[in-house]
Amino acid sequence: MIELKGIEKTYAGEDGPVHALKGIDLTIQTGEIYGIIGLSGAGKSTLIRCINMLERPTKGQVIIDGRDMTKLSESELRKARKEIGMIFQHFNLLSSSTVYENVAFPLRLAHMDEAEIQKKVMPLLELVGLSGKAHQYPAQLSGGQKQRVGIARALASGPKILLCDEATSALDPQTTKSILGLIQDINQKMHLTVVVITHEMQVIKDICDKVAVIDGGVIAEKGTVLDVFTNPQQPLTKEFISVLLSNDLPAAFRGGEVSDTPVPGSYLLVRLTFIGDSADDPVLAGMIRENPDVETTMLFGNLDQIKRTPYGRMIVGMTGEPAAIDRALSYLKSKNLSMEMIGYVKRREVSGDVA
Amino acid sequence: MSPDIVPLISKALGETVYMVFVAMIIATIIGIPLGVLLHTTAKHQILECMPLNRVLAAVVNAVRSIPFIILMVAIIPFTRFVVNTSIGTTAAMVPLIIASIPFIARQVETSIKEVPEGVVEAAEAMGASPLQIIWHVMLPEARASIAAQLTTVIISLVGESAMAGAIGGGGLGDLAIRYGYQRFRADVMLATVIVLIILVQLVQFAGNRIAKTLDKR
Repeated sequence: MIELKGIEKTYAGEDGPVHALKGIDLTIQTGEIYGIIGLSGAGKSTLIRCINMLERPTKGQVIIDGRDMTKLSESELRKARKEIGMIFQHFNLLSSSTVYENVAFPLRLAHMDEAEIQKKVMPLLELVGLSGKAHQYPAQLSGGQKQRVGIARALASGPKILLCDEATSALDPQTTKSILGLIQDINQKMHLTVVVITHEMQVIKDICDKVAVIDGGVIAEKGTVLDVFTNPQQPLTKEFISVLLSNDLPAAFRGGEVSDTPVPGSYLLVRLTFIGDSADDPVLAGMIRENPDVETTMLFGNLDQIKRTPYGRMIVGMTGEPAAIDRALSYLKSKNLSMEMIGYVKRREVSGDVA
Repeated sequence: MSPDIVPLISKALGETVYMVFVAMIIATIIGIPLGVLLHTTAKHQILECMPLNRVLAAVVNAVRSIPFIILMVAIIPFTRFVVNTSIGTTAAMVPLIIASIPFIARQVETSIKEVPEGVVEAAEAMGASPLQIIWHVMLPEARASIAAQLTTVIISLVGESAMAGAIGGGGLGDLAIRYGYQRFRADVMLATVIVLIILVQLVQFAGNRIAKTLDKR
């Protein structure tokens, strides 16, 4: 378990002190994948570096499995660091060493003998799918392969924690997916606690169990990814999520005036969010069957996954007698889903080429 | 071309190579650690120690600002103290070494500075000690660049060793002055210049090859 208590970090800047972190409290449970998201300059890189003391917090405690990292001597700290693997945005491999030597590096630092090193390195290369590249140099590898070497190297000393500092930010989307898949695999196979720093909500959505949104050196919002995704509180969080989730209305309803009360000839727009098993239920079909006098039109629909939980989003438009609409809404309310009224909007005539 | 030219040249070439070779080895043994210290004791580096860094930098700059011909004469008492004489090939090596150490140190410092900070940070994150970082990260990562820089040092040593002829150091420079200039032997002068050009070309060629082999980036 990693506990960050009141972490503050202040640098001496050219125009006076710079407060990078202003009191961060965070608890990361063993075996969890914890995502920390923020814009550049928010302090997330400083924060992850405080976990293995690459940056010493100005104030506060970093407690890993009951031990306060800020109180360790230099040699105790070096020992403790061997239990914390780290991977980087720019991989940071030794360019003058082969893939094999890069993975063997932490073992050599620990003065392990050659036969034992080989016994450890080869299975790791197999795990990351690079057995055939053992004697190549990093310059001969693609970005994704370099990060795989980075992961194998981080795992070599048998750590309990893996820190990922923007580990996929320099990779293309497909490579990102495969690297994230590998991280998730390792998390499960080795029961590793993983801390992920990123500026991409996609990364959080794909692999994280929990997320903290960091802004201006403080945590703006934190919770399970599912909660934060489906019910974001802070504008910044909403902005991160909106990159992934298109909330655009169809052209026929966009730009029109949204009113809180029914206007003749308008549609009531409702946003529905289904989480988990309810995403598979035929809720909408049931509502239409029981309320045939409400004209229902589907305006937007999307089924996605947060980590492995199905997550569906829909915008429907309803028009009809107010009483009938109320009946339809109470039907929806009785189901396991969350519902948000957007308002009453009139349909406009638009030509096809208006986007 | 008179027949004495071949033995003259080969003896002088032998002396030059001997001076440059031995001076280079001793200067490198001292210069590389000094260069490492210059880099690692600087601000935000793994062995940060500003007072030491300032002293080292000042000494290095001081020695580097003295023209070689003056340095050579100025340290004659020191040379006499070290090798018991102030003339001859061995005596000429002392100023050559003194002049090369700070040169190598600065070149090595520059090479190590080029090693990406992230690679050093990664080693720190793996629990490497400062000595391990120097030995396993900085020097191997900078080795191609260091090889290229040392080639430059060797070439400037060839030039300085010619000046060392002025205090009876022997070598090609001495030959060119005594025969080519003072005895009006244009043939000796020309031969010396050609041999020097070939020597420098060979050193540069070998240096480039070694740097290229070491460079895996």
